[in-house]
Amino acid sequence: MRDFLVGCFVLAGLAAVAYLSFQVGGLSWKGPGGLGLVANFDEIGGLKPRAQVVIAGVKVGQVRSITLDRDYRARVDLDVDAGLKLPVDTTASIMTSGLLGDRYVSLQLGGEQEMLKPGDKITFTESAVVLERVLGKLVYSGGSGGKTDSKEAQ
Amino acid sequence: MTAVVQDLGWLAVRFVVDLGRLATFGAQIVRAAFLPPVRVRLFVAELFKLGVLSLVIISVCGLAVGMVLSLQGYNTLVRFGAEQSLGAVVGLSLVRELGPVLTALLATGRAGSATTAEIGTMVATEQLDALRMMSVDPVDLVVTPRAVAMLSVMPLLSALFIVCGLFGGYLVGVGLMGVDPGAYMSSLRSAVDFRDDIVGSFLKAIVFGALVGLIATYRGFTATPTSAGVGSATTSTVVVASVTILIFDYFITALWGV
Repeated sequence: MRDFLVGCFVLAGLAAVAYLSFQVGGLSWKGPGGLGLVANFDEIGGLKPRAQVVIAGVKVGQVRSITLDRDYRARVDLDVDAGLKLPVDTTASIMTSGLLGDRYVSLQLGGEQEMLKPGDKITFTESAVVLERVLGKLVYSGGSGGKTDSKEAQ
Repeated sequence: MTAVVQDLGWLAVRFVVDLGRLATFGAQIVRAAFLPPVRVRLFVAELFKLGVLSLVIISVCGLAVGMVLSLQGYNTLVRFGAEQSLGAVVGLSLVRELGPVLTALLATGRAGSATTAEIGTMVATEQLDALRMMSVDPVDLVVTPRAVAMLSVMPLLSALFIVCGLFGGYLVGVGLMGVDPGAYMSSLRSAVDFRDDIVGSFLKAIVFGALVGLIATYRGFTATPTSAGVGSATTSTVVVASVTILIFDYFITALWGV
């Protein structure tokens, strides 16, 4: 009886570990396999690895890594579900959920017949909107009262 | 003035000597754990005492902590209109901190003190001396199964605590406060990462298990062989182990966390 209870305890504990790892922690057998795509941006504005990649608001993958490219642009490696067929003129843009929320990558599909292959580069990209810059522009244009600001004239 | 400095020096020397003895004791346990004979029956008996008997307190506390966390979190988040991320708040607090730390503290109170009292009583009634007379190493026969059982029980208890807590949080958040079940689960899943959070959580639980096992058996083994000595050894186990757990928690978080 005692051994049976110990066995039950160990099984329950292992089940809890498995639940936490696979259901909550998001560990999967598949690994990072999928459609690996590359996109270069001028400004990523706080995008982080493991950020979501979405199409029409539905999560289809995540950002694998972010590095600086040779031409000093941000090179973002994306992991997208392998089953997806994306045209070569797909646009990748960095969006923000809400006003100050997390950054994510949104893909807008193009109309070409040819499809992106694993490792391909997404040519059309749209950089992140940095809120401080937008506010800065707003302040400058508002402060000058419609007239040309001296700083902008220079 | 000189006396104060002398006392301080004596305390420092005693602390270092105690630490050294603890390390030697730990090394003896590790050696006994890996060398034959493997004492499976004793190990299972300890799993029952440390694990199954702690199950009730662990699951009840996990449930209560999860429920109260959800309630407090909801009342704060709703001010910012962010009650959709309740799952992330409950999940991250439970997995990263509360699960391993509270489990270790509860297990210290429930199982660690019992282990110290048991070994201390054996010392007081000269049972360990009797074992030595028969040339049986008490570290091998009495101490090692208990320390190893504590080490292996802690991650399992911690996982059960977290699952109970998540269930309690879900119950209050979704059932009582009316958060959308889908939003609760999806914010929980997207917030908790496997490497950063789950692995870190189990690492903490394993380290705490080793610490509690080591301290509890050491205090029992070195208890003064009187009734009062066993009592003070038990108290000392709970105090020392709790403080050690909290200190180690800080450093594991600082070294592992992002």
